[in-house]
Amino acid sequence: MKPDRPIKLDRRAFLKLTGMAGGGLILGVTVGCSGEDPPDPQHSPPASGPAQAFQPNAFVQISQDGIVIYAPNPEVGQGVKTSLPMIVAEELDANWDEVTVVQAPIDPAFGAQFAGGSRSTPMGWLPLRQAGATARHMLVTAAATRWEVDRSEVETRDSMVIHTPTGRRLSYLELASAAAQLPVPDPSEVELQDPSEFTLLGRRITGVDNEPLVTGGELFGIDKRLPNLAYATFVKCPAFGGTVKSANVDAVKRQPGVIDAFVIEGNNEPGELASGVAIVAEDTWCAFKAREALEVTWDETNAAKDSWSATERQARELARQAGKTTVVDNGNVDDAFGKAAKTLEAFYQYAFISHAQLEPQNTTAWWHDGTMELWAPSQTPQRAQQTVAEVLDLAADKVTVHQMRGGGGFGRRLINDPVVEAAAIARRMNRPVKLTWKREDDMAHDFYRAGGFHALKGALDANGKLIAWDNHFISFTNDGTEAVSGGAIRPGTDPEPFVPNYRVTTTLLRWGNPCGPWRAPGSNVFAFVHQCFLHELSTAAGRDHVEFLLELLGEPRWLKEGDPNALHTGRAAGVIRRAAEEAGWGTDLPEGHGLGIAFYFSHAGHIAEAAEVSVTDDKRLVVHRVTVAADVGPIINLSGAENQVMGSVQDGLSAMLGQRITFENGRAQELNFHQYPMMRIPRAPRVDVHFIDSDFPPTGLGEPALPPLAPAVGNAIFAATGERVRRLPIVEAGLS
Amino acid sequence: MRLKVNGREHEVTLARDDTPLLWVLRDHLGLVGTKFGCGIAQCGACTVHVDGEATFACVTRAADVVGREITTIEGLAGADGALHPLQQAWIDQDVAQCGYCQAGQIMRAAALLARNASPTEAEVNEAMTPNLCRCGTYNRIRSAVLAAAGGSHEA
Repeated sequence: MKPDRPIKLDRRAFLKLTGMAGGGLILGVTVGCSGEDPPDPQHSPPASGPAQAFQPNAFVQISQDGIVIYAPNPEVGQGVKTSLPMIVAEELDANWDEVTVVQAPIDPAFGAQFAGGSRSTPMGWLPLRQAGATARHMLVTAAATRWEVDRSEVETRDSMVIHTPTGRRLSYLELASAAAQLPVPDPSEVELQDPSEFTLLGRRITGVDNEPLVTGGELFGIDKRLPNLAYATFVKCPAFGGTVKSANVDAVKRQPGVIDAFVIEGNNEPGELASGVAIVAEDTWCAFKAREALEVTWDETNAAKDSWSATERQARELARQAGKTTVVDNGNVDDAFGKAAKTLEAFYQYAFISHAQLEPQNTTAWWHDGTMELWAPSQTPQRAQQTVAEVLDLAADKVTVHQMRGGGGFGRRLINDPVVEAAAIARRMNRPVKLTWKREDDMAHDFYRAGGFHALKGALDANGKLIAWDNHFISFTNDGTEAVSGGAIRPGTDPEPFVPNYRVTTTLLRWGNPCGPWRAPGSNVFAFVHQCFLHELSTAAGRDHVEFLLELLGEPRWLKEGDPNALHTGRAAGVIRRAAEEAGWGTDLPEGHGLGIAFYFSHAGHIAEAAEVSVTDDKRLVVHRVTVAADVGPIINLSGAENQVMGSVQDGLSAMLGQRITFENGRAQELNFHQYPMMRIPRAPRVDVHFIDSDFPPTGLGEPALPPLAPAVGNAIFAATGERVRRLPIVEAGLS
Repeated sequence: MRLKVNGREHEVTLARDDTPLLWVLRDHLGLVGTKFGCGIAQCGACTVHVDGEATFACVTRAADVVGREITTIEGLAGADGALHPLQQAWIDQDVAQCGYCQAGQIMRAAALLARNASPTEAEVNEAMTPNLCRCGTYNRIRSAVLAAAGGSHEA
C-alpha cells in the first residue's frame, strides 16, 4: 500500500470522471494537479503527454501512474477508508501494495456516503465487489484482445494479466489506456470471484492513513489549513433553545486578535443553526479568550429547563404504576404472572451521556465566488451539503463539502450543527474561517444518549422457564409525542421473540435537551437492562445462565425469514457457546473473581461477551479479561475488525464506569473530562476476540460489540460479589 | 517571540502573551499534528516534548518555553525521515482507530522510552495514564510501546 497521496483532480476533470461513471461513457481524462498542495511528481502528467486514465466506475481509476481506489464513506475510526477499498481491490485482483486509496469527493456516483448504523460494509459489499470485478473484466478483455487469445486462457494476479499458456504478462498500468477504450459491461453481469479464492480479504491490513497519522499529517477536519485562515468560536445559550437577546459585541471586538464579533439569529432548528454569538479572530486562542469579555443576555423563554434530579424522583414514583402507552402486549401477561411459580421485580436506570469524541466539533468554511466550500468531519456529508444550502438559502450546487477524517464519531457527527454554524459565520467574512468548539461547548451542546428507567417484572414457571416479562419503560420526549432518539423500544427487540407473554409500556417525560444516536443506539442501554434482568431471572430459577440463554433461543432459525439483517438463533447460540467456552465458563476462577456473560444482537451483528471481574474491599471494580465471540459474517480486514471489537469493549467499560451528564435548569453540569471521566489505560482489560467464520453476508462492526459489554460486566459483578448493579454509571451504585 | 521547534527557530507574533504553545503550533506554525482535545490538561492529545519531557501544550504558555527545545510529532522521525520505532510499531500493529489521540500517545510514549528503554507493562500503564483514547485502543497502545521498546533494545 502506497502512502495516501491523493490525485488532485480539478473540477472539470472530476466532472468528466463522474459523468463517465454515471453514463458509462469512456473517455480518457487528463489527471492534473490543483489545490494548495505542491504537485506530486508521482501523479503529475508525464512530459510526453496526458495519461490515459481507465475509470470504468467511480471507485477505480487506473492509469500509467498507478491504481487508485476511492474510499466512498466518511472515516471516523471505524476503518472503512481501508476496508471498503480492500473489497474493490480483492475483486480487481490488485496488489494492495500498489494501490493508492483516496477519500472520495461527495458525489452521487458513490452512492450513499455516510457513516452510521454500521451500514458501510453491508451496503458496500456487492457494489464494491462489482466495481472491482468490472474493472478486472475489462483489463482481461484488453489483454486478450492485444494477445489475440481467448479470455479463458487469461488469468489475473497482483495487478497483472497473465496469458497462462505462454506466461506473457501485462500490468494493469500498461493495459489502462486500452481498457479505457472498451465498453463498460453491466456490473451485475460480471462474474464475481468465489470467496474461497480471496487473497486479500480476511488478512490483517494496516490502516491506509496510519503513516500520516503517526507523523502529524493534515487529516482531520480540525487540521484544515488555508491561506489567510481566520479562527472562530460560537457561543450559544447554555440551556438548549435559548436565544440571544443582546450581546456586547463591540466590547468583544476590542479584544486582542479579534477580527469580528456578531450575533447570528439562527433558525433554532435542532441540529441546524442555533442563535448565538460568533467571534472571529487571528487564532483560536484569541477567539476563545475573547469569550471572557462577552456578556450575553439570553432569552430563555423557550429554552430547556431540564432537571435530572427532579426527573429521577419523578421516575421512581411513576415506576409504581403501569406505563401510559402500551408498545407490545403479546400473550396474556397478567394471566402468566398469576400462574407463575416465581416472580421477580427490579428497577433499572441509566444516565444521559455525551459522545465525547476526542476531536471537538469543527468545520472550516470559505465563502468565495458565490459558493460555500466546506471541510467537515461529518458522518453525513451529503446531508450537510443539503442542510447548509437550505439554511443559508443557497442552491445545492453552490455548496461543496470535502470529507475530512473525523476524530471519532460515535453518532455525534451524524448531526451537522457545527457545519451549518461555520457556513453561517463564513458567509459574513471575506476570508476562510475555521470554527472550533471548545470541549465545554461539545458537552453542553450534544445530542445526548438519553437516560432512562425500567420497572421490570419477570415470571418463571416451576421448571425455571421464563414465561412472562413486563417492562414499564420511562423515557423522554422532546415534542410531547415521539420518544427521543434511542428512547423507544421497538417491537421485536430482544428478548421479546423468546418470551410468550411479553409486555412493554412506556411513559414519556418532557425533555428540553436534544438526544441523538450514540454508538449502537437503544441497544447500548437495552442490552444492559434486558441481559442483566435475564441473569436475575436465571439466578432466581437456580439455573446455569448459559443453558438458560440457549433454551430461550430454541431451535436454529431466522427470526425473520429472508432478512439477512435479522437475528438467527443458531448464530446467537454459536457465539454464546464460543464465548462461554473461551472464557472458561463453569471452570474454577481465582478467589474473588466472577464471570458474567451476555449476548446481544444489534446492527445485524451476533455478539456474546464474557467478563471476568473482581471487586476490591473498597468497592473498586477490576475487569481482568473480556472474551468476545462475534459472528458478523466474513471478516474484511482482520486487524480493523479486531480493533473495533476491542475498542467497543473498552468504550463500553469507560461509559459504564463513571460517565453521566446531569442537567439542572436545562444546563449540562459536566463540561470537560475532569467532570466526565473517560477510562484510562491502566484499567483497560485484556480482550480476546474470536470471530466465527460464517458465510452469511458481512455486516458492520462499528457498533454491535459495544452493547453486550455492560451486562456481561454487571452479571460478573453479581457473580463475584452477590451484589446486583442496576444503575449506570456504576458509581451511582456505590462502585468505582 | 522566538521558538525552537523540531530543531528550527521560528519567529512568531502573538496578539496575546498568554497564548498556549498548542495554538502557536497549530494556528501559527501549521504544525497540526499536535491536537486540541480538552484545553485543561485532561486528555493528552496535545502532548509534545519540552527539553525531552512530555508536556501538555494546551496549558503551557509559549512565552514560557522560549529558548527550550520543543519537539512535536512532526519532528519525532529522524532527520533522514526514518520513523521512530514507536511510529513504526504504531503502523505495524495498526494501533489507531480514529487516530486523533495517537500523536499525543506516541509523544508520551517516546518520552517514556527515552528515560526507560525497556519499561514493564505496569510502567507503560503508569506513564501513559495522562492520555485518553475514546476509541479504546489501549490494548494496542500497550503492546506497540512494548514492541518498540523491544525493538530498540535489540538494535
